[in-house]
Amino acid sequence: MNVIAAMSGGVDSAVAAALMVEAGHAVTGIHLALASTPDAARNGSRGCCTVEDANDARRVADVLGIPFYIWDLAERFRAEVVDDFVAEYAAGRTPNPCVRCNEDIKFAAVLDRALALGFDAVVTGHHARLDDGVLRRSVDEAKDQSYVLATLSERQLGLAVFPLGEMTKDEVRHEATRRGLLVADKPDSHDICFIADGDTRGFLGKHLGTQTGDIIDDETGTVVGQHDGARGFTVGQRRGLSLGIPAADGKPRYVLSLSVADNTIRVGPGQALEVTFIRTGPPVWHADVTSGESFECTVQLRSHGMTSPATVIAYETHAEIALHRPQRGIAAGQTAVFYGGPEADVVLGAARIEVAERALTKVSCE
Amino acid sequence: MTYLDHAATTPMLPAVASAMAAQFGAVGNASSLHASGRAARRVVEESREAIAAALGARPSELIFTSGGTESDNLAVKGIFWSRRESDSRHRLIISATEHHAVIDTVEWLHKHEGAQVSWLPTDTYGRVSVDALRGCIEEDPDDVAVVSIMWANNEVGTVNDIAGLAQVCQTYGIPLHTDAVQAVGVLPVDVAASGVDALTMTGHKLGGPYGAGVLMLRTDVSATPLAHGGGQERDVRSGTLDTPAVRGLAVGVQAAVSGRHERAPRIAELRNRLVRGIQDQIPDAVLNGAPVDSVEADGPGRLPGNAHLSFPGCEGDALLMLLDARGIECSTGSACSAGVSQPSHVLLAMGADVERASGSLRFSLGHTSTDADVDHLLEVIPAVVERARRAGLSGARQ
Repeated sequence: MNVIAAMSGGVDSAVAAALMVEAGHAVTGIHLALASTPDAARNGSRGCCTVEDANDARRVADVLGIPFYIWDLAERFRAEVVDDFVAEYAAGRTPNPCVRCNEDIKFAAVLDRALALGFDAVVTGHHARLDDGVLRRSVDEAKDQSYVLATLSERQLGLAVFPLGEMTKDEVRHEATRRGLLVADKPDSHDICFIADGDTRGFLGKHLGTQTGDIIDDETGTVVGQHDGARGFTVGQRRGLSLGIPAADGKPRYVLSLSVADNTIRVGPGQALEVTFIRTGPPVWHADVTSGESFECTVQLRSHGMTSPATVIAYETHAEIALHRPQRGIAAGQTAVFYGGPEADVVLGAARIEVAERALTKVSCE
Repeated sequence: MTYLDHAATTPMLPAVASAMAAQFGAVGNASSLHASGRAARRVVEESREAIAAALGARPSELIFTSGGTESDNLAVKGIFWSRRESDSRHRLIISATEHHAVIDTVEWLHKHEGAQVSWLPTDTYGRVSVDALRGCIEEDPDDVAVVSIMWANNEVGTVNDIAGLAQVCQTYGIPLHTDAVQAVGVLPVDVAASGVDALTMTGHKLGGPYGAGVLMLRTDVSATPLAHGGGQERDVRSGTLDTPAVRGLAVGVQAAVSGRHERAPRIAELRNRLVRGIQDQIPDAVLNGAPVDSVEADGPGRLPGNAHLSFPGCEGDALLMLLDARGIECSTGSACSAGVSQPSHVLLAMGADVERASGSLRFSLGHTSTDADVDHLLEVIPAVVERARRAGLSGARQ
């Protein structure tokens, strides 16, 4: 195959590209310049696509002996991912920008350009297995990234290659060392790439402005504190709440819900965060699913969250999820991914969460 | 491999490599007083004389530097600082199509040193007119510290009437610096006849070494140093002289200048065939810059090796990548904006829109170019353009 390898400058995409070269494919490395200021890639400001990351990727390409280019998708990234991130928060939801980036940048803008230029597929260093179009969790469950790939369409998955799905992260690092790639020990990236300092609320404050509002105790209805803008908070959040009045039971308070319209946040005990019923937006199905019929599967509701067995009813327009184990801190805007198969590691489908409702019945939480 | 990027750097002449190799074995700091030092000094001064002769300058006017960027910085900053101190002048005049080594320098002076920058517009070929310069100076002649206008543009190859522009500057007693990196060895460059006060040139664009260049600075123009130290070069530029590089530079300049009459027409003929061949096969391809047969002052109005074309509906990046994959090396603009490519400031200054600026390629021929290079490009370009157009459309659709 003649493939594009998206190379971030990290160890995963480096080894993914190396494996493709060794498998005999014609590989062309590209590094995506995504930072919103065109200068960022030149002057090395921190954040995504720093000049160091681009140079690391370029050095890997040199060692592998493959051509390497920078593709400037900053404008697309800002429009599709960053603006969407801000707009989602403004609407009181909690977006996952990595999902959005995969949907609209890596496996859309990059993929389409690659195909038009005569390439057959796009290779990335995601930790996920993809066999005959079936997306499965990585063998390294701790590093599994199938969650952020699950909303890709059949067509997108058909044109993607994830060479690392059968490897653990340690094995990936070992393979990088074995090949003399200097990125072998490079730390994993964790935070949202375009918020380099990790201060999401600061970032949102800059984009959306601040506006003081009330924090209300959900049980008593009393005002227990002030906040500087309801958007920017996330259901399940505990840090960053400055509460003047302690809870009667002395236990921590969490954000239970937020209303952008009233600019209020309602807080309460952790138990009150538990949800059992979830309604999603339009799902993407990778398995055969009959509309209106229910089936059993395992659901993951956050990027690094716990899973729960669930009963799901699929429709064209949405899905309804009844969790067998209530989950805490489920926010609208996040993705629900349905897993099945004997080891509950095959991605059956995915959809964005629209409404999460509190438990009607009490079940002990794990 | 088909190398069509001579304006970025051109292969070193074998005579340069061997002259440098011979010099690498010789010990001697050109500033030392003993025999080895004198031997090195002799090499430096003979090289200086050879380069001066080739450029129509006096040896005492030449300052050896690390190349074009340093020479541009030294000329613009050095003359600005000096004239600001001596004469309280704060204005810089440059053309909008200068190399980044000049543009970024004046922008830095503006931001940090209070310089006022006047940008000279160009015509659609990228030429600065004598009248535009005069008009710009006239706004406040007594405040102008220095004027910097390139001899020939690195992207589109347009040649300026440097002698005419220098004459205007002389009338007002304002020093003119010209970046002649692309011109030396390619165009007739005679420092004395041109009337310029400062001229930048570099080795690696004419078959000489990397990291070696010259600032020609008339001895009656003073410049404040950028870096301080031993003051080896007229107290304007410090640092131990790189004797092998200086020697290589002299050999390169001599060869380029003496061989110009034979080489330039041959390269121009190849370039003309390249442009014709592309336009025959891709009728909507547009040649940017002056026509291939244009004349400026007494020489060509366009660098003989330069072919800069826009391909409507294509992205330059995509074209470059597709050509690279087929063994053809060219550029989307100046190499300095490679990596993350920005629409060329040169094309924008010439009045091109962003789409035309982004969809362009520079092919530049040089002393090793052959008919086979042109044949190879003409053979693959139609399919490459067609493919890039499809990619361009896929980008536009989203």
